[in-house]
Amino acid sequence: MSDEELRTDGGATTTTARLRRNLDQMTAEDAGLYVVLIFAAAFYLVPIESGLVTSFKTGTAIIETAPFAPPGPSGFTLEKWQTAIDALLRGMGNSLLYAVPATVISAVVGSVTAYGLTIPTWKKSYKAVVLMLIIAGIFIPYQAVLVPLTQFWSQWAQLDQVLSFVWALGVSNDYAGIVELVITHVAYGIPICTLLFRTYYKTMSEEMIESARLDGATLRRVYRRIVLPLSGPMFAVVLIYQFTQIWNDLLFTLVLVSTESSPAAPVVLILAGLGTSLEGQDFALRMAGAFFAALPTLAVYIFFGEEFADGVAA
Amino acid sequence: MLDFYRRLYRTIRPSSGDDESEVRADGGVVSDGPAADPPTEPDRDATARLKSALDRRFGSDFMESSIFWLPPFLLMGLFVYGAVIWNLLISLTDYQRFENAPDYSDLDFEMYTRALADSGFVDAAVNTLILLVLFTAGTLVVGLLLAILIDRGIRFENSFRTVYLLPMSLSFVVTAQFWLWIYNYNNGIANSVIGTFGLGPVSWLGNQDIVLYAIIFALMWQFSGYAMVVYLAGLRAIPREHYEAAKVDGASTLKMYWRVIIPQLKGATISAAVVLMVFGMKAFDFLYSLVGGYRPPNGADILATKMVREAYANLNWAYGSAIAIVLFAMALGVIGPYLVYEYRRDNL
Repeated sequence: MSDEELRTDGGATTTTARLRRNLDQMTAEDAGLYVVLIFAAAFYLVPIESGLVTSFKTGTAIIETAPFAPPGPSGFTLEKWQTAIDALLRGMGNSLLYAVPATVISAVVGSVTAYGLTIPTWKKSYKAVVLMLIIAGIFIPYQAVLVPLTQFWSQWAQLDQVLSFVWALGVSNDYAGIVELVITHVAYGIPICTLLFRTYYKTMSEEMIESARLDGATLRRVYRRIVLPLSGPMFAVVLIYQFTQIWNDLLFTLVLVSTESSPAAPVVLILAGLGTSLEGQDFALRMAGAFFAALPTLAVYIFFGEEFADGVAA
Repeated sequence: MLDFYRRLYRTIRPSSGDDESEVRADGGVVSDGPAADPPTEPDRDATARLKSALDRRFGSDFMESSIFWLPPFLLMGLFVYGAVIWNLLISLTDYQRFENAPDYSDLDFEMYTRALADSGFVDAAVNTLILLVLFTAGTLVVGLLLAILIDRGIRFENSFRTVYLLPMSLSFVVTAQFWLWIYNYNNGIANSVIGTFGLGPVSWLGNQDIVLYAIIFALMWQFSGYAMVVYLAGLRAIPREHYEAAKVDGASTLKMYWRVIIPQLKGATISAAVVLMVFGMKAFDFLYSLVGGYRPPNGADILATKMVREAYANLNWAYGSAIAIVLFAMALGVIGPYLVYEYRRDNL
């Protein structure tokens, strides 16, 4: 939402210069700085680490060992992971089934929309109105659209019946919920994807596009030949951001798929109810489930951390 | 706006034969644009004129570019603004239980008066405000401190940044599990940490006076990395000379940040604050996963959870919609000024 460049080349060189200077004169103050930074890192990691070690503990080890200490050899078990994977695996499949298409479609649509609102010239004040409406769409609390959304999918657009030929093939008709999720996530993903692409397109060289336009290229041609081929880096950012958002979202799945026992239940829905029973909470199972469900987003974050940071900072 | 319609009318009105001076610079592209009406033969001239009038009004590429942004804009507008208006309508009905559709013939504000009389609603509204203010302010402060520390030219900058931002990549559903375990009465980390200071075990999620703050702390843990990234970008945009000038003037480090650097981070603060408030309003996922159900721990009910509970657990659809409208109004109160501010800064 802000326009600040993440890092210009000039900034990078001064950073290295400062780095060199700092290394030359490592003082007590600097040492203190690192201690604070490491403490902060511990603060962010401990909840995650504690969850990880707990997921490998037996019931007795949970009570006997400190929550952040690793289990001893006698208290170690993979049983909870086994149970969690058994419970969540189908949910993983279902989540991928809507998260991947919704991510790809909303990124493509966002790119096209942002292009139409950035490169072509039309009056600024009107453009601003459209943009404001789109950007405000990012910040809408989804509660404000839930009841109509339920009405829409249950009374107006009954995919359940439209897709009856699919159920005839033996697919559970709960999967209508998955299709609804794809469309819903695309619709609500358009604003953020558009904004991300727009911040990128605004920095594109105007001369290049201007001269192509003067040569008589249509807007469609400019998009296909110039803008789209240059959008690669931003596509990485948007795809990663959207995938994380859609994978992590609970509210829409809760409303559109509703029950965790449904064959089409996404992983977040199953996880929210995992490990709770009348006898109390099975924390090891909950932690194992949490990690298993977070694996895709964690993998994305570890491999594409830079792009993720760019996405959230925009 | 009125002027626009008048001109529009003038251009589509059947001409009396004096349109020889019609300017049609790029009339050849007419078939490319999504013409408002399918151009039947006699209409053709009118559509072309409409197009050129629109282009003149909105700028040269308006019609040609609309194929790119208009369909997605309409889809999104329907799902966002259409749904909000629909929601407003539903909130004026008495729609509840297993009725198939709301009865729109009898509209009144009954649901809103009911909300004001409902102590649960008032508590939830107060909790929402506390959560928004404390969570946003706390997260911004932590994020700013981290950003300043990281920006001091440290080694392993990227590793630290990656660690601080890590919780942000996790789902609320996942982090809720972690914090449930941390706040566990018997074996949780929170109690063993305060135990080392001789403070007695606290029922973090069971005590009505504490639970909201415990949740705010957990949310701060998850999102302060985000605030850090935004501030870091803001800090990098400040010219180095400003630091040096302050140094030359003999300002202490603390004074330099307070007087020179932080005031320049206004833009970063505002955009981060808006996003954080919106995350705060969406804390529903976290609270739902904490208990695995619609009813959050006593004392931690916020409008977001109350709305979903009323609608989907108690089937009071209209009442839920009314709460949603209140939540929406709160969001609008934050976003509206922000968008105007960004527009004024020419930053849209």
